[in-house]
Amino acid sequence: MSDIVTHEDNTLVYRPDDCVNCGMCIEVCPHAVFAPGERVVNVVRHSSCMECGACVMNCPTTALAVEAGVGCAEALIWQAIKGGDAPACCGPSVKGETCC
Amino acid sequence: MSVTDTPAAVARHEIKTVTTDLSLNDHLDHFLARFACNRMGHKVTPGLYAVGLPADDSPVFVTANYTLSFDALRKNLSNLNCYILVLDTKGVNVWCAAGEGTFGTDELVRRVEAASLYDLVNHKKLILPQLGAPGIVAHEVKKRTGFKVLYGPVRACDIAEYMKTGTATEEMRRVRFPFYDRLILTPVELVLVLPYVFIVAAVLYFVAGPVPAFSAVAAVLAGAFLTPVLLPLIPFRDFSAKGFFVGVLVAVPFALLALLADCCSHLWVKIGWATAYLLLIPAVSAFLALNFTGSTTFTSMSGVKREIFKYTRVMAYMFGTGLLLMIFLIVSGAFLR
Repeated sequence: MSDIVTHEDNTLVYRPDDCVNCGMCIEVCPHAVFAPGERVVNVVRHSSCMECGACVMNCPTTALAVEAGVGCAEALIWQAIKGGDAPACCGPSVKGETCC
Repeated sequence: MSVTDTPAAVARHEIKTVTTDLSLNDHLDHFLARFACNRMGHKVTPGLYAVGLPADDSPVFVTANYTLSFDALRKNLSNLNCYILVLDTKGVNVWCAAGEGTFGTDELVRRVEAASLYDLVNHKKLILPQLGAPGIVAHEVKKRTGFKVLYGPVRACDIAEYMKTGTATEEMRRVRFPFYDRLILTPVELVLVLPYVFIVAAVLYFVAGPVPAFSAVAAVLAGAFLTPVLLPLIPFRDFSAKGFFVGVLVAVPFALLALLADCCSHLWVKIGWATAYLLLIPAVSAFLALNFTGSTTFTSMSGVKREIFKYTRVMAYMFGTGLLLMIFLIVSGAFLR
């Protein structure tokens, strides 16, 4: 039984025992956090994970978990001020529009 | 955007055809989008589009209905006959829309069905931008529509190579944040704050003179322009720390100007103004640099939360103290003459 892989820099959790080595996480990760392995995928750049959640969404098992969200200070500050769920993108800007 | 009625076999599906050339209007739209003019108005009508004369074996690309996303894709599809399936992301780009869930599984399934893709193509493949993956559950799309999701490269400019080889290299899968990408993001940051800064600068100009007025503009440029543009060259990992660093560099000349002012002011006035600059400019610069985290694709939510807790209190204390000091100096008539 393999150890669950975590890192202090982010919330990405990897359970090698649940990995079916499909490679989807390698395909969707924009920061090359994962690399191919013989039996299961390897986490090679854990601290580079920016918690976008792409790997978790596209993993067909429960091998991956992360508290997905955007690393946007404006959105998080707005959330702290106005309450509500974790923001997906920037909160209202000064013009009352969303970002992007 | 050049949209015409297609004369091809796809006409029975009422599919519009788009060219791969960008017109002057397209470039103008991009320019306005970059400067946050009509911020949510840069939209393409969602639905299916044809590029060239697609046949039943032509590839199907999927994108968001933000003009910058749509145009980045279509201009890289020259020499290809294909379809573009545009999801309704409310005029938001692929990456942000995926985070919001509008570039998502349900919307994709809905658009596949609405476009009757089953009748139109003889394959079961959809090519999605890799940065759309945070919103898509590929295996669920397959289960619900029969179409397999293939994630293409991060950048649309790699599509031609991807189509040739049928695979995205590791380099194509990595997101980068080069100088040009950082530079073109700065106008949005600046446009949103500059009107307020100009008001502050105008007030400072009349009550305290040109140098304090210019310091307000310099503080904003330090955080919203210099820090993003020079990002990898600035020491420290945290954006706030980078902003502080640049802010101090920008504040030092103002402080020296105050200390070395050849005038009859008392020494405490000079020290007062120098201190105010050294408190205010780095605080403003750091806050704007922190805000730039939302424009990047490598800051994590937990990391930014940590940064907010670590730095915003310091910023607030510095800004508050600096502001009170400047107000005191102005009210007491302690100007550098």
